[in-house]
Amino acid sequence: MSSMMTSGRVVYNLGPLDRLPRGEGRTFLVEKTMVAIFRTRKDDVYALQAQCSHKGGPLADGIIGNGTVICPLHSFKFCLMDGQPVGNSCASLKTYVVSVDEYGNVLLQMNE
Amino acid sequence: MMEKQRLVIIGNGMSGARLIEEVLAHQGKDIYDIVVFGDEPYGNYNRILLSNVLAGEHDPADIFINPLNWYQEQGVTLYAGNRVQSIDPVRKLVHATDGIEVPYDKLVIATGSKPYIPNLQNLYAEQGNLKTGVFVFRSFDDCDAMIAYAQRSQRVVVIGGGVLGLEAARGLQNRGLEAHVVHVSKHLMNVQLDMSAGRMLRLTLERMGVKLHFQKRSNALLGTECVTGVAFEDGSQLDCDMVVISTGILPNVDLAKNAGIAVDRGILVQDDLSCSLPDVYAVGECTQHRGRTYGLVAPLWEQAQCLAEHLTLQSTPRFYQGSRELTKLKIMGIDLAVMGDKEEVEDDDEVIVYSEPSRGIYKKLIVRENRLAGAILLGDGTVTPRVLQLFDRHEELPENRSELLFSLSHEQQGLNIADLPDDTQICNCNGVSKGMIVEAVKSGKRSLKVLCDATRAGSGCGTCMKDVQAILEFASDGAVIEDPSVHYYVPGVPLAKPELIKAIKEQHLYSVSAVFNVLAAGKEDAGSKAGLASLLKTIWGKEYEDERDSRFINDRVHANIQKDGTFSVVPRIYGGVITPQELLRIANVANKYNVPMVKLTGGQRIDLVGLSREQLPAVWNDLGMPSGHAYTKSFRTCKTCLGTEFCRYGVGDSTTLGINVEKRYQGIESPHKMKLAVSGCPRNCAESTTKDIGVVAIEGGKWEVYVGGAAGATVRKGDKLCVVDTQEAVLLYMGRFIQYYREHAKYLERTYGFVERVGIERLRQLLIDDVDGICQQLDHDIQASVDAYVDPWQEASQPVTPAQFMDVLQPVEKITAL
Repeated sequence: MSSMMTSGRVVYNLGPLDRLPRGEGRTFLVEKTMVAIFRTRKDDVYALQAQCSHKGGPLADGIIGNGTVICPLHSFKFCLMDGQPVGNSCASLKTYVVSVDEYGNVLLQMNE
Repeated sequence: MMEKQRLVIIGNGMSGARLIEEVLAHQGKDIYDIVVFGDEPYGNYNRILLSNVLAGEHDPADIFINPLNWYQEQGVTLYAGNRVQSIDPVRKLVHATDGIEVPYDKLVIATGSKPYIPNLQNLYAEQGNLKTGVFVFRSFDDCDAMIAYAQRSQRVVVIGGGVLGLEAARGLQNRGLEAHVVHVSKHLMNVQLDMSAGRMLRLTLERMGVKLHFQKRSNALLGTECVTGVAFEDGSQLDCDMVVISTGILPNVDLAKNAGIAVDRGILVQDDLSCSLPDVYAVGECTQHRGRTYGLVAPLWEQAQCLAEHLTLQSTPRFYQGSRELTKLKIMGIDLAVMGDKEEVEDDDEVIVYSEPSRGIYKKLIVRENRLAGAILLGDGTVTPRVLQLFDRHEELPENRSELLFSLSHEQQGLNIADLPDDTQICNCNGVSKGMIVEAVKSGKRSLKVLCDATRAGSGCGTCMKDVQAILEFASDGAVIEDPSVHYYVPGVPLAKPELIKAIKEQHLYSVSAVFNVLAAGKEDAGSKAGLASLLKTIWGKEYEDERDSRFINDRVHANIQKDGTFSVVPRIYGGVITPQELLRIANVANKYNVPMVKLTGGQRIDLVGLSREQLPAVWNDLGMPSGHAYTKSFRTCKTCLGTEFCRYGVGDSTTLGINVEKRYQGIESPHKMKLAVSGCPRNCAESTTKDIGVVAIEGGKWEVYVGGAAGATVRKGDKLCVVDTQEAVLLYMGRFIQYYREHAKYLERTYGFVERVGIERLRQLLIDDVDGICQQLDHDIQASVDAYVDPWQEASQPVTPAQFMDVLQPVEKITAL
């Protein structure tokens, strides 16, 4: 995916996949933006805005499963893929393009 | 991908349409193209509510569950107003009117029933339809025609004093008619009610102005053009200008019979709802299962659920076992619910009756082997939900039967949901009003779980759950969907707790991911992970394969997350007894790390609030005290009073016992948190009687052990489990109770709910008298858990997962755009 970059975008190497525990998320500070990066038990990776749209809950601390994350503060659920709320009416979350390259590095694509 | 099969459903009534919903809910669209035929030119409506439409209490538009465009949206082909003429089981297709021919891979017959029409003289007009002014009450069109005809009528005779007949009579009375009901039997609703209840109902209806005639067998209608009266076998007559025939229903079996499918009174079905020919199934009022036919809505829905699970190839589909029937009379001002047997059947049956004629109240319970075999509840609806639940789930009854007959006076019971204004706040945690809940129900959220998920009502402290359930029942007029997952231990694995434990043990599932793989077809459900982790740890102890992603954040970092993402640290202070050195250490730590708030907790401990995750390991190290587990679903703390050491009233050494309790059971995970206390005398200064487990010292060196107390969102006095002579015995019974609670409570069920559900008598039998011989095992298992305990704050020096205690990570490099 990193080879399909378009102008105005920049890619950050977040380091090897093993920086993320399997099935959990971690918060990354990328320049000035906080991004929650998740690694599923099947080693898929997802990236969402770090704070939930309800009360700013730290989403990287949420439990994930079946393509969703449950916010640790008030248990609202969001889709990891598209950031849409699941079963609630919170605003949808910003998502980022993230992938794992052939060396096992997690690459995050952002607008410059 | 597998090629789709065609599922053809004949009948778009309550069972046919419900089956479609269930099939869709089980991702049946991936397997089937769904085609449905309906006699009536409408979408699907709630037939039960026709009585309310007739009475003018419901707008006709409100009773539609799924309008025509819903079928389009769902990709379901609906032939509305198109009747299937025949089934060709050899070529596997159905013929409908207009020459339509549709092949099927699976066929479901849901043709329902038709009104039974007795053989009366002068019943039909020359064209062969019912004489003008004579109606049956079955369909939307019937209802519509009755409303129109009622406008030019003065007096209606309803033939048949069953549920539907009474509802029709009262409905037409509402529209200004003088309503008469003629009934062959000696009392009303004789199928469902005993003599006394029938008599009471009669009085109530008569007070409302309905005219009732008993032991009257109709034999002819009067009038040439239009009906002008009814004549009876005893020679008497009753003048009227409108007649409604409501004398029962007959299953529609002709279509099946003509296709060579085995029928008796109804279409014969097996437990998987299959008929005598391959790939043909039947659901609803047209069926006969184990010799029984049903004319009520709940059985149809159960059948639809079971069949949908079979059709969609679920791994463990339910088999239909027959239904327990509930009848409710829907007449404004009359509260009547009937379930199961109306009279005693076995010699040992216990009958409990309360009768208060002046207020029209009659309540009767039939108890068999300590479970409810039947009930009649007339004139007081406040106890109905509880009784119905006990009946439905076949649960053991409380020893004191009067608890079932009367709502507890000290609680705010009988909240009349219908009368509440829409803006009344129901869920005080999430600020959800009655209006919001009603709206969600109207939009199709008809199971408690789906409703709570959608509105967030009941998802805080949970105490409003009963009110939410009541609103659901009120707003859906009984068309409530029982979500099977309410019986599951966790929503994502379709097993109740005992079956789940059995499967986990038999198949040696040591981790949460193994449970999902084997028991949930590999689908990991985020909302089920923490509950499974807790259960697996209880079952396997040291053998449990810990997967950190299954833990709630608090249990990943061993601290309690706060609203700003910081954490609180509560060191363990055994029994609330602390040394000056420890106090100094805590003070120094608070200073060193600039803790924003130092707070004394209700559990006699000290809370350091507002620490960042990165500070946690250092804080723990500097404190040099073990974790107080103020963040997890586990044993929390044991509050104590001063006891014998200093207090002039103390009769037992509460501080020593409290310390020992806490040392023994610290960190033991459980379905929900457990707060304990030990009081050194009956003055009970540690508030032991409102703790999950509480101990009170009494004179004579004895200790009382209470369980199931609460003093939070719910207030409940604990039940006395036992009185023992030694501290060792206190620890023993405490451990037994904890282990039994761990093994048998639902996830997030506090002890107050658990003890009430199981009953203190039963708990005494199990844990004191050991009637089931489980105590030795319980003692062994709790000991194993005690032995497996490790202070989680030791992870300070050895993080278990990468960046376990890091607030944010940085990228390793920025790759310049090419």
